[in-house]
Amino acid sequence: MATATEASAPYSLPPEFIDFRDTIRTIVRERVAPRAAEIDAQAEYPRDIRELFASHDLLGLPFDTDHGGTGTGSLMLNIAIEEVAKACASSALILMIQELGTLPIKLFGTEQQQRRLLPRCATGEQSPAFALSEPDAGSDPGGMRTRAVRDGSDWVIDGAKNWITNLGVADFYIVFCVTDAEAGHSHGISAFVVEADRPGFEVGKLEHKLGIRGSPTGQPVFDAVRVPPENLIGVEGEGFKVAMATLDRSRLGVAAQAVGIAQGATDYAAAYAKERRQFGRPIASFQGIQFKLAEMETRTAAARELLYRACSKIDAGDPDIGKHSAMAKLFASDTAMWVTTEAVQILGGYGYVSEYPVERMMRDAKITQIYEGTNEIQRLVIARSLR
Amino acid sequence: MVKDTGVRAPLPPFTDEHADLRASVNRWIGEEISPHVDEWEAAREFPRELYLRAGELGFLGLKYPEALGGQGGDCVHDAVWAEELAAAGASGGVGAGLGAHTGIATPPVFNFGTPEQHERFLRPAIRGEKIGALGITEPGAGSDVAGIRTFARRVSGGYVVNGSKTFITNGVRADFLVCAVKTTEEGGHHGLSFLVLERDMPGYEVSRKLEKMGWHSSDTGELSFTDVEVPAENLLGEENRGFHLIMANFAWERLSMSLAAVGAMRRLIETTVSYALERRAFDRPIGRFQSIRHKVAEMGIKLEASRSLTYQALRLHAAGRNPIREVTMAKLLSQRACLEVADECLQIHGGYGYMREYGIERAVRDARLGPIGGGTDEVMREILGRQMGL
Repeated sequence: MATATEASAPYSLPPEFIDFRDTIRTIVRERVAPRAAEIDAQAEYPRDIRELFASHDLLGLPFDTDHGGTGTGSLMLNIAIEEVAKACASSALILMIQELGTLPIKLFGTEQQQRRLLPRCATGEQSPAFALSEPDAGSDPGGMRTRAVRDGSDWVIDGAKNWITNLGVADFYIVFCVTDAEAGHSHGISAFVVEADRPGFEVGKLEHKLGIRGSPTGQPVFDAVRVPPENLIGVEGEGFKVAMATLDRSRLGVAAQAVGIAQGATDYAAAYAKERRQFGRPIASFQGIQFKLAEMETRTAAARELLYRACSKIDAGDPDIGKHSAMAKLFASDTAMWVTTEAVQILGGYGYVSEYPVERMMRDAKITQIYEGTNEIQRLVIARSLR
Repeated sequence: MVKDTGVRAPLPPFTDEHADLRASVNRWIGEEISPHVDEWEAAREFPRELYLRAGELGFLGLKYPEALGGQGGDCVHDAVWAEELAAAGASGGVGAGLGAHTGIATPPVFNFGTPEQHERFLRPAIRGEKIGALGITEPGAGSDVAGIRTFARRVSGGYVVNGSKTFITNGVRADFLVCAVKTTEEGGHHGLSFLVLERDMPGYEVSRKLEKMGWHSSDTGELSFTDVEVPAENLLGEENRGFHLIMANFAWERLSMSLAAVGAMRRLIETTVSYALERRAFDRPIGRFQSIRHKVAEMGIKLEASRSLTYQALRLHAAGRNPIREVTMAKLLSQRACLEVADECLQIHGGYGYMREYGIERAVRDARLGPIGGGTDEVMREILGRQMGL
């Protein structure tokens, strides 16, 4: 039996969402798309784009009105991520990290923590980061080694994290640390807010990557970083739960990014196929190309439906979101990888050179199959939900 | 049952001599190329001296007669070279730069050139003193080769060439370009010819060095020709018979790309299997998880199917049978397979695979050209479909 919420939910986007989406489309077309190639080539964090997003309230999308946000929920946020990712996956990460780095506070923080940190993020005054992975703890974060030890009422953090998005840009990091070494794998972990200006915090090594080059990624180092007790998020020893609940929601951002990349690549390839002439006619008139484009459009549309469905479950307060967000992320990211590979193929030699955007889209798509839980982990989550 | 001693005699078309060559190419790459790959990728080219060194070791003339400074071998020697360039970790870019020289630029000079052209272009190319490139693709003529518009107008004593070429491997620093031009107003299948253009000819210009997704250590150029005067003695083969020459050359280009894909897959799978045995998650090596083991199994099949089809095409080619169907199938299967294997290997490496320092992301970028270069997958399917009667 369908629940009342499900039964009464209209099977279309509310008109105000469509208006907001159209506004975002215009901003993206006029301001983000023309910058995308440069952001990738120079591997620079696009501060101008972040300011642009702030001035149009996009940075407030993950937050409730109480915390200075738009209060428009998960669906609207992910529509925005999708629209930005159509043109620039690195810029879409600015919105994704807004949510990933603040969800632990939103879901598990005290009211005081929420009031202290969320409104600053909503305006763009501050930027968050989420620090879970370590060199030897990727898919298996329960094996982390970074430690927080009590000293008086404070905590002292030692260790290093790996592949942290927004490194060097973020004003604070949500850092997961072992606080009880005896508790066993995945237990005895706690989450802390660590401000970037605390002594002992170092930006560490930044990585060169295949894609999302406009988003800095690297290894923050924590050398006896002291934080006060009010920086502990949620219950001591239950940080693993904080991480998992965050990822259950935030991986929809990855799905949205993937859907956007796939749609951007499909749109570009379709337009190109109409223009490009070989053997005396537009290549779009060949069935080999037509069928590819049809398949690309269909898979992308299916991925979007999975994404919107999972978002609407979150917005309806449905507790059963882990499986749905995992399915959306898995399918959307595999779709993005496949679609962008085909888009490069449709453009042929032009697809392989940097003057055209599709090779960048293909490089950007790959990470969506890896971060915020590799697709192998998503399959585990889905398989477990079937027991 | 016969006990496997681990030592195997090479199977046809390979002999002990090819096994020795395999080992020496491998050793050279391991010692003199692999350690510098990252630096050359960042510099967007490898040093020109590498051609001289390869020439000195005899690798640039494996299949050419000793009388021309070659090693007196045949296409099977060249096949070993193509495969090992990829398998030993020379990178897609270095493989492309050296491979374009030996695999597509010099063969038409040897096959269709006069003794005088052999002396002028082939002999120095075998020594690595002159770098060769092949110029077919144009901005408006990619898959549609017959659409070539670069025009060589007949004048007294030779030709005047106007036009442009793009996506030319070695195009930026090639000393000579084996260049497809139309020699009749209509061009097309019966109006194409080959001219050898030389870099120092007035009007020959490298208009751009292209930035691309992969193959970073090789230079890819866009060339423009403005009233380039080319003497008649630079005509390669017969006038207006160029389409035939293009097609003849494609066979080896596609076969050597298939061999390179086989080599690249060998290396990727080997690297990934050792990673899966070392990398621990959830208290055990990830290679002990069934999903990883099954991924590796699928990759093994892709490699073996590509290798079998490629070697079969090579055997037929070496026997002089002009195996268009087998070469086309091998190219289509192996390039897709290599891209899929590279991507899967990156996936198994997870976050580490996405970072530059492990070389896996480079393999994915390099492999992406396979289904495009040397004739796209779509063109391969078209050739096959027609070959099969449709």
